[in-house]
Amino acid sequence: MSAVIEEHHDHHDHKPTGIGRWLFSTNHKDIGTMYLWFSFTMFFIGGAMALVIRAELFQPGLQFVEPEFFNQMTTLHGLIMVFGVIMPAFVGLANWMVPMMIGAPDMALPRMNNWSFWLLPGAFGILIASLVMSLMGMGSAPNFGWTFYAPLSTTYGPASTDYFIFSVHLMGISSIMGAINIIATIMNMRAPGMTYMKMPIFVWTWFITAYLLIAVMPVLAGAVTMMLTDRNFGTSFFNAAGGGDPVMFQHIFWFFGHPEVYIMILPSFGIISQIVPTFARKKIFGYSSMVYATASIAFLSFIVWAHHMFTTGMPVAGELFFMYATMLIAVPTGVKVFNWVSTMWKGSMTFETPMLFAIAFIFLFTIGGFTGLMLAMTPADFQYHDTYFVVAHFHYVLVTGAAFGIMAGVYFWIPKWTGNMYDETLGKWHFWISTISVNVLFFPMHFVGLAGMPRRIPDYSLQFAEFNAMASVGAFVFGFSQLIFLYNMIKTARGKTSVKATSQVWDGAEGLEWTLPSPAPFHSFTTPPQVK
Amino acid sequence: MSAAIRVAGLISLLFFSAQSWAGYQLNMKPGVTSFSQDAYEIHQLVMWICVVIGIVVFGAMIYSIINHRKSKGAVPADFHESTTLEIAWTTVPFIILIAMAIPATRVLLAMEDVSNPDMSIKVTGYQWKWHYDYNVGENAKEVSFFSNISTPGALSLASNPDVVKDENYLLDVDNKLVIPTNKKIRLLFTSNDVIHAWWVPAFGVKKDAIPGYINESWINVPEPGIYRGKCAELCGTNHGFMPIVVEAKSEEDYLAWVDGQKMAAAEVAASASKTWTMAELMAQGEKVYATNCAACHQANGEGIPNVFPGLVGSAIATGPTAAHIDIIVHGKSGTAMQAFGAQLNDADIAAVVTYERNAWGNDKGDMVQPSDIKSAR
Amino acid sequence: MMSAEPKPSKGVDDNKKVITRLMFIVIGMFGFGFALVPIYDVFCDITGLNGKTGEQIAAPLNLEIDTSRVVTVEFVASLNETMPWEFQPEVKSVKVNPGQPTKISYYARNKTDSEIIGQAVPSVAPGLAAPYFQKTECFCFTEQTLEAGEEKHMPVIFIVDPELPDNVDVLTLSYTFFIKPGSKAAPMALNKEPKNSKHQEL
Repeated sequence: MSAVIEEHHDHHDHKPTGIGRWLFSTNHKDIGTMYLWFSFTMFFIGGAMALVIRAELFQPGLQFVEPEFFNQMTTLHGLIMVFGVIMPAFVGLANWMVPMMIGAPDMALPRMNNWSFWLLPGAFGILIASLVMSLMGMGSAPNFGWTFYAPLSTTYGPASTDYFIFSVHLMGISSIMGAINIIATIMNMRAPGMTYMKMPIFVWTWFITAYLLIAVMPVLAGAVTMMLTDRNFGTSFFNAAGGGDPVMFQHIFWFFGHPEVYIMILPSFGIISQIVPTFARKKIFGYSSMVYATASIAFLSFIVWAHHMFTTGMPVAGELFFMYATMLIAVPTGVKVFNWVSTMWKGSMTFETPMLFAIAFIFLFTIGGFTGLMLAMTPADFQYHDTYFVVAHFHYVLVTGAAFGIMAGVYFWIPKWTGNMYDETLGKWHFWISTISVNVLFFPMHFVGLAGMPRRIPDYSLQFAEFNAMASVGAFVFGFSQLIFLYNMIKTARGKTSVKATSQVWDGAEGLEWTLPSPAPFHSFTTPPQVK
Repeated sequence: MSAAIRVAGLISLLFFSAQSWAGYQLNMKPGVTSFSQDAYEIHQLVMWICVVIGIVVFGAMIYSIINHRKSKGAVPADFHESTTLEIAWTTVPFIILIAMAIPATRVLLAMEDVSNPDMSIKVTGYQWKWHYDYNVGENAKEVSFFSNISTPGALSLASNPDVVKDENYLLDVDNKLVIPTNKKIRLLFTSNDVIHAWWVPAFGVKKDAIPGYINESWINVPEPGIYRGKCAELCGTNHGFMPIVVEAKSEEDYLAWVDGQKMAAAEVAASASKTWTMAELMAQGEKVYATNCAACHQANGEGIPNVFPGLVGSAIATGPTAAHIDIIVHGKSGTAMQAFGAQLNDADIAAVVTYERNAWGNDKGDMVQPSDIKSAR
Repeated sequence: MMSAEPKPSKGVDDNKKVITRLMFIVIGMFGFGFALVPIYDVFCDITGLNGKTGEQIAAPLNLEIDTSRVVTVEFVASLNETMPWEFQPEVKSVKVNPGQPTKISYYARNKTDSEIIGQAVPSVAPGLAAPYFQKTECFCFTEQTLEAGEEKHMPVIFIVDPELPDNVDVLTLSYTFFIKPGSKAAPMALNKEPKNSKHQEL
């Protein structure tokens, strides 16, 4: 795809000033930046909670926290990472890149874009406030796991649960508004000549992700509203006493929850699909297949939810259906992996930091995919369910999958955002320490899970000690190595690195976004480019 | 470089200095029932297929990384699609999936064979212990009891360091679930409060225990032995501290055990009508307290601020005895204080009330007899 | 959606159209979340998922009794949380022919000195037997008020459908008594502070 660009340099590239620039921003670049810094901050907060967990689990016995507080840590760690780190980071990357990739001047609804962002600090302020109050001895923060099953979260939930529900509503509204914005932008604001099948894959994956968000976030809102009325207004959705059913909570939650995990990975797939062709200097292999595979994954994600519920006492017909449907997802996912490898094959590769993270993604996400296939097999799942085998699986797909994809994307695009190349040496140190330590952290969890260690326990029997010690060491190394990333990003943003970035930035980079100067002007593509 | 070596050395030291508690198990074990062995076979099948696919895919990637690099002078090829390949790598994985699905389906259907059970046991999950009731169905036996973790001191920061951590740390209970070998035993699962899950890896059985509903599974254990498991669904504060211990005995030994349980129950009923001395009450009370109360109220009676109330000098433990008995027997709705009237017999409650009123300096001098409890129920 | 050439830069109206359609989906899916509640009940009724036996049926079915087959029906009683009643089945099990109406009884006694309203939830195991277990009289979900010390015998008349799958020879009917949510003695979490709380503050 070649593009004939009519560049109108905005000689008056004026930006608003002061705090108002950020509070009232309607600019997709600034809002993207805010999402990314918010996500990065929450990453360290959620990460600190992970370190509390791993410190307690370093050795058998209780050393640092009471079991009650430990449950609050696991709950908030999950909620923060899912809703406060991964999702906002992807929205931030979408905000920055989608308009530039399609030759649009901004998002379709810039003011709603602002509200979508600012809801998030509010939502997480509430959640973190419940933790602060817990630390001050004023009652527990949410302590029922990020999956908040009834009746533990309804009848038996602490007072902070109602604030948790409010917080989830705010996050949901933010996501829904963001998704609407992305769909409207992609449908209506592509530059002339950019047909759907010419869009970059990152735009496609976000397009599909946005539809998933629209479909399932409202169901989550329904679930937490039912919780709210069960707790406060005398309904009995999930209370057997009143004719309700705790298992129904799980059905409604996972009807949201399963598409949610695909929401958390599809944009990463898109990022990898931008990076690998660039550094292999070869077009993505099988563009249409990649689009259809992504759409298939999204569709299938709606019909597999009960694979989280195999031990609830489902009839065998249900177990078989959900087993088969879940296994099926391996097919389009495999197609994508094969296409990435074929893109690398007979390319001319260089291994700058974005490519290192992208390759690590392909290796390690695939391992997570394999354990996912194992989990799909119902009779085996009876032994895996609610053990560390599951914890290992989802951390492989979410950390070495989603999070590594985000890091790859940040390294890849930050020269475009700031006009400065990040420090490549620091990038490589960050990559290697992270990749080694993340495996030391999560791989042993497969073993202890298979050996019989359940999830969400603050203390364990002695046969699990060695691998837990290993995992905890890996956790601390992984956690602290993210400071290298932080330092590098601040250094880059402030222009303290020695190398400036060109428009194209990377030798093999193709696409409208690489025709803009680096840093991209505050307003870009005010006149749409013509795409051939 | 030397810093890295030092770090690596430190980490190895950490691993190898840890006492060897047989802690390097890498894989699931086949277990002793058809369920667990079938689960193991499916696990092995899928895992090895994934390993082979992984070797192929990762092998291709590694080859490519080494050879198709710019620094080696590689020139990028032109191709970027192939319908044949796309069809191939859609169809072949699909066929592999079918090959996996067939044995898995067979196994699942076999697990559905609920015919001809020999006996039923009701398993009830409580926060945070299990209750076993043999008084169910045709082969009912009048035996039922609670099964608590045998090291309740493990449950809090303050008392945990004093707990001996042996090979069954967090895996031992006061009253085991005793079953006969070679009988098809139907297990009926429910819960008293929140969702729990009963899991014994050696049996391949994991089932949710749901309040208001009853779930079913069955086991047939061929070998006598002791089998241990854990609760597998987050159920509140002490989810990690409600283990399961099953002892399978020959049918003869099992029936002898049942008789022993019935005799013990008769003795307890008898003890409820005798008059206890202060010394007897305090000794028994301390035991009951350790098993049932210390988890929350702590061995030193001080509780956990804002979570579990302390009993030292508290209004209940030093105030009117009737209210003290009432809260233990009937619990306090809306809190974690359960109705121990359903869980403890008269003698045990009398003993623990006496103990609480006199321990830790409370020194009320009160003595409560089992008959007092009986009339308070 | 896959046109060869998109129209030139679209305006506010096109955005409005997209937003309106998407908002319909959002509101529709929110409603769908709530619709899942009755959908789930219908599904459970049809499939017997979760051992739900459904409400009692109005009239006894005139089914042909299958004398060649015997099914054992076990009876189990549970109390939820602090429910302070004595509650048990009056027989532990019966052997029935499918199609033959059978009556048994459960016994409950209020052991306390105040009135308590209870609600019983039925459940059948195995789940696949639930659609074949029909009750023509039961105390499912109906409020049972017991005065202090009062006792009650609660009958259940049921028929096992002859279509019950062949491999089921034992099935279990379970009742769990809860304190009625919202009533005086109910756990506080389900209710605002009860007016006559007898429990002292610690």
